[in-house]
Amino acid sequence: MERMDPRARSDAYGSRINRSHSPFLASIVPWASILLASVLPVFVIATALPIVPPIAFLVLLAWRLVRPGLLPVWAGLPLGLFDDLFNGQPFGFAVFTWSMALIAIEIIETRLPWRAFWQDWFTAGTIALAYILSGWLLSGGTPTIHSLVALGPQVVFSILLFPLFARLVARLDRFRLHRWKALG
Amino acid sequence: MAPTGQRRSGYSRRAQYNLFTGYIIAGIGALVGVVLLVLSLFQPHLFGGLRGAASDTVSPATETSATVRTGSKSIWESVSGYYRAGSKNAALRREMEIARIRLAEADAVRQENLRLKGLLGLRDSEVKPVAVARLVGSTASSTRRFAYVGAGRDQGVRVGMPVRSPRGVVGRILETGGDSARVLLLTDTESVLPVRRAKDETVAFAEGRGDGLLRIRLINLGINPLEVGDLFVTSGAGGYYRPGAAVAILVEKADDGGLARMVSDPAATDFVSIEPIFEPEAVTAVATPTETELAD
Repeated sequence: MERMDPRARSDAYGSRINRSHSPFLASIVPWASILLASVLPVFVIATALPIVPPIAFLVLLAWRLVRPGLLPVWAGLPLGLFDDLFNGQPFGFAVFTWSMALIAIEIIETRLPWRAFWQDWFTAGTIALAYILSGWLLSGGTPTIHSLVALGPQVVFSILLFPLFARLVARLDRFRLHRWKALG
Repeated sequence: MAPTGQRRSGYSRRAQYNLFTGYIIAGIGALVGVVLLVLSLFQPHLFGGLRGAASDTVSPATETSATVRTGSKSIWESVSGYYRAGSKNAALRREMEIARIRLAEADAVRQENLRLKGLLGLRDSEVKPVAVARLVGSTASSTRRFAYVGAGRDQGVRVGMPVRSPRGVVGRILETGGDSARVLLLTDTESVLPVRRAKDETVAFAEGRGDGLLRIRLINLGINPLEVGDLFVTSGAGGYYRPGAAVAILVEKADDGGLARMVSDPAATDFVSIEPIFEPEAVTAVATPTETELAD
């Protein structure tokens, strides 16, 4: 007997028969991935220069830009509070900057409803640059010209790594909406 | 990408209110952020407890990753050690012979020191570290240079204690949690350390620049006596650090001092020892306003 193509009934999120999305995963994955990314830089060894890009902030931007409408505009408040516990900046820095970034993207989105990826990349790059510079200004230390120069590699890394984070978020989004086999 | 229809609330009251409330909360969030930021800029230790608790929670995981990291580093070192092993071996042998001679000289100096101190009636007590812990992590993406160590209040670590690696000074304790503590590294822009040149009594301050180098500022201005390659050690002034611990090596001369590189790069540091404050009385004396008398 001729068999059908086994993938005929499936789509990007897996087979459809006897399977369904998990509401828990669908709602938790964006938040959990950003929280995890907040803790991640702590594991990197103490370097003399700030080299590691602000991973949590880039993941937040990627979720917001790759999947618009998923994160509410107020997400910067709770996520920023958590990030402030680990980021080394004065407490409240992430709450403020993340909220401002999300509001800024909201405004950009009303002005430019149709966008290509490179425009999103430009937005993310500009916002990441503003984030790192305001981190230099509001670090609680003395903002010296030398520490500004030292930020160069971090800014370059952050801008170049954004497409990677966007792809990562796209993968996570597929995982978020994966259909799981229903038990029983 | 097509715009989402999320912003068009249509005639639904509920959707309109939801959207409106979202914007309100976002605005309030930004305001809360500003208030917290201003509070913590003027009172840096206000949220220390929260951060301490947070770093306590992740410290078991960072402990594990630190072990893996040092393990992988030593594998790489042993691989790269085979590269040009012969010439390195010869160079090391030459170096060791010189080091042996220097060691013998140092022994003689130590003897003499002991004798002179005996004459003066001074007594050097052996400094026992409060705790020995791993440098478990850092705030790698922030402009500030902080690191975390895997020992805290429960091990007797207090704010202000100096942190040393086998090579030299790393920084000092800024905040303590139960089982972890936050270290202000020497390269942070807020770190100032009194130092002196190892071979004479040229005193200076070593300030962090925030870009991985230390700025050496001479106290006595005039003709700059420093030379590239000079080693700086702690002078013991200020009362926090024990004198004689290696800090930095000069790499560039400037008008009022120079630029120096840390001897003990935190990235290459595995275990650190947390030592008691050298002269606690001096520290309290400095912190006491001049009008009030020091209590005995």
